[in-house]
Amino acid sequence: MFQYRTEQMKALVRQWQLQSMVIPGIIWMFIFCYIPMFWLIIAFMDFSIAKPMLESPFVGLKHFQDFMTDDRFWRSIRNTLGMSTIKLVLGFPIPIMFALLLNEIRSLRFKRTVQTISYLPHFIAWTIFGGIALNWLGEGGVVNQLMMALGFQDREILFNSDPKYFWWITFFTDTLKETGWSAIIYIAAIAGIDPGLYEAAELDGANRWQRMWHITVQSIRPTIAILFILAVSGILGSNFEQIFMLKNNMNMKMAESLDLYIYNMGLVSGRHSFSTAVLFARSIVALGLLLLANQTSKKLTGDSIF
Amino acid sequence: MARRGRFWRIGAFEVGNTLLMLAVCFLTLYPMWFVLVNSLNSPAQASLGTVNWFPKEFSLASYSVAFNDKTLMNGFYITTMRTIIGTVVHVLFTAIVAYGMSKSNLMGRKLYLKISLITMLFSGGLIPSFILMTKLGLYDSFWVFIIPSMYTFFNMVIFMSFFRTIPDSLEESAKVDGASDYGVLFRIVLPNSMAVIATISLFSAVYHWNDYYQGVIYIHSQELLPLQTMLYKIIAENSMSFMQQQAMAQFGARLPGNSIKFASMMVATLPILIFYPFIQRYLVKGVMIGAIKG
Repeated sequence: MFQYRTEQMKALVRQWQLQSMVIPGIIWMFIFCYIPMFWLIIAFMDFSIAKPMLESPFVGLKHFQDFMTDDRFWRSIRNTLGMSTIKLVLGFPIPIMFALLLNEIRSLRFKRTVQTISYLPHFIAWTIFGGIALNWLGEGGVVNQLMMALGFQDREILFNSDPKYFWWITFFTDTLKETGWSAIIYIAAIAGIDPGLYEAAELDGANRWQRMWHITVQSIRPTIAILFILAVSGILGSNFEQIFMLKNNMNMKMAESLDLYIYNMGLVSGRHSFSTAVLFARSIVALGLLLLANQTSKKLTGDSIF
Repeated sequence: MARRGRFWRIGAFEVGNTLLMLAVCFLTLYPMWFVLVNSLNSPAQASLGTVNWFPKEFSLASYSVAFNDKTLMNGFYITTMRTIIGTVVHVLFTAIVAYGMSKSNLMGRKLYLKISLITMLFSGGLIPSFILMTKLGLYDSFWVFIIPSMYTFFNMVIFMSFFRTIPDSLEESAKVDGASDYGVLFRIVLPNSMAVIATISLFSAVYHWNDYYQGVIYIHSQELLPLQTMLYKIIAENSMSFMQQQAMAQFGARLPGNSIKFASMMVATLPILIFYPFIQRYLVKGVMIGAIKG
C-alpha cells in the first residue's frame, strides 16, 4: 500500500490538521453558494417545489419572454433605476463632503464626537429607523407639523401613502442613516495624507478651498473611484430591508424595485421559475455593469478594481 | 491639516462648519430621542405624535405592556439566543478556516481561493436559496439563523490577512514544544487576534440583532419569530399581538398603539445603545481592516 503513495499524498496526510480546518469551509461554500447557483437552472424549467427538480419539464426561454412583456417588470426596472440614480447622483457625494468638512474641524475632541455620533444610526435596525420614518411622515407626524408651521403646505399630506414621494423618502432616510458610516472610509483615507503636502501648498499661497481641492480630493481619488465603480455596478440592486419596511399597498406603484418584484413573484405568488428567470437576467446585467464601470474608470482616471 | 500658525483666527468658515456639524449631530440623535421621549410619555400623549423635547406626562405604562407581552418577550429571547449562538459560531468557524488558509504551504490553497472567488461574482439569489433552505429542512427552524450565516468569504479574508501578520517565530516556538496546529491556533494565534475577533464579532452581532428579513422569509411559527421581525409586523403591517390589542382597548382609543410601538422599538434598540459606547472604538479599526481587501 505505502509504496504507491506519491510524495504529494504523504504531504497531504502530514497536514491533515490544516486540511481539516479548511475543508469544512469549502463544503459549506459548496452547499450554500454552489447549490443555489446550480438551482438557477429552474429559470429554464417549469419547476414545482413539491417534485424532484429533474422531473420538471424544460421550457427554454419561456419565462424570460414572459417577464419581458410584463408591465410590472418594466415598472420595477424604472423604480430601481430611479431610486439608484437619485442615490448615485445626489447621495454619492454627500459622505465625501461630510468627510472633507469634518476634516476641517480643528478641535480633535469635537471632531471625534461628531464622528462617533454620525455613525450611530448605521447600527440601528431598519425596523426602528423605518418605523420612525413612517411615524414622522404620517398623519400628525413631525414632517407635517414642520411643513405647516413653516408655511410650505396648508393641510396634512400622507407622504408615505402618496407614491410620488416614495423615491425621495428612500433617499432621505438612507442618507440620514448611512452618511456617517460611509464617510469613515474617506476619513481614513484623508488621515493617511502626508501633512507636508499641506504645508508646501500653504507656502505656495494656496487658500483653504484650493488645498481641499488640489490635495485632499486628489489624494482620496482612488478611494472615490473604487466606491463609485461598486455603486454603479450595484445600480440594479436596492436596499431590500429599507424598501420592504417603507412600502405599502398605496405606494407600491413607485416602491416595487427589482428585488421586491423577485420576492413578490417568487415567494408571494409562488412563481419560482419566473422569478428565478428575472434574477438570472439581473445577475448577468449586473456583472456586465461591473466590468463596464471598471473599464470606464480605468480609462478615465486610471483607477480600477481589477 | 497644518496645525501651526493662525489657528486663533476664527473665520466665518469655522463658525459655519461647526454649526453644520452640530446640525448633523442633531439630525442623527433626534430620531432616537423622539422614540425615547414618546415611549416614556403617557399613551394618550404619545398618540398625538407632536414634537416633544421631554415627556409631557411621564409614564411607564407602555413599557409595562411591552415587558408583559409574552410574544414580544419570546421574540427578545429568540433574538438574544440567535445573536449569541450566531456570533460565536460565525467567528469560530470563520477563524478556523482562515487559519488553515493563512498557511502558504497548505496544499490546494490556490484551488480553494479560486472556488471562493467565484462565489463573490455569482450567486444563486433569493429563490434558489429559499428552495435550498426548504430542502435542507431549515425552513421554519431556529438553525436557519445560524447555519447559513456561519461563514462568509469576506470575513475569512479579513481573519486570514490578520493571521499572516502574526510573527512566525511565535508559532514555531509552540510547534517545537509539541503543539498541534489546533493547539497553536487556540493557544497562540487567537489570543493574539483579539482586535480582529472583536471587530468581526461586532459586525456579526449587529447583523443578527438587527435582521428582520430572514424571519419574514424563513419563519412561519410565531414562537420562532425574532424580535425585529415582530417589530416589522407591528409597525409596517400594523398587526399587534393579543396582549397589545387588549392593552390598547384598555387605554381607550385606537391611537395609543403608538406608545406601544415606541416602547417596543426602545426594547429592540436598548442593547445596541447600551453597548455602543463600548464597541464604537473598534469601529474605525474594523472598517479599515475590512477596507484593505474591500
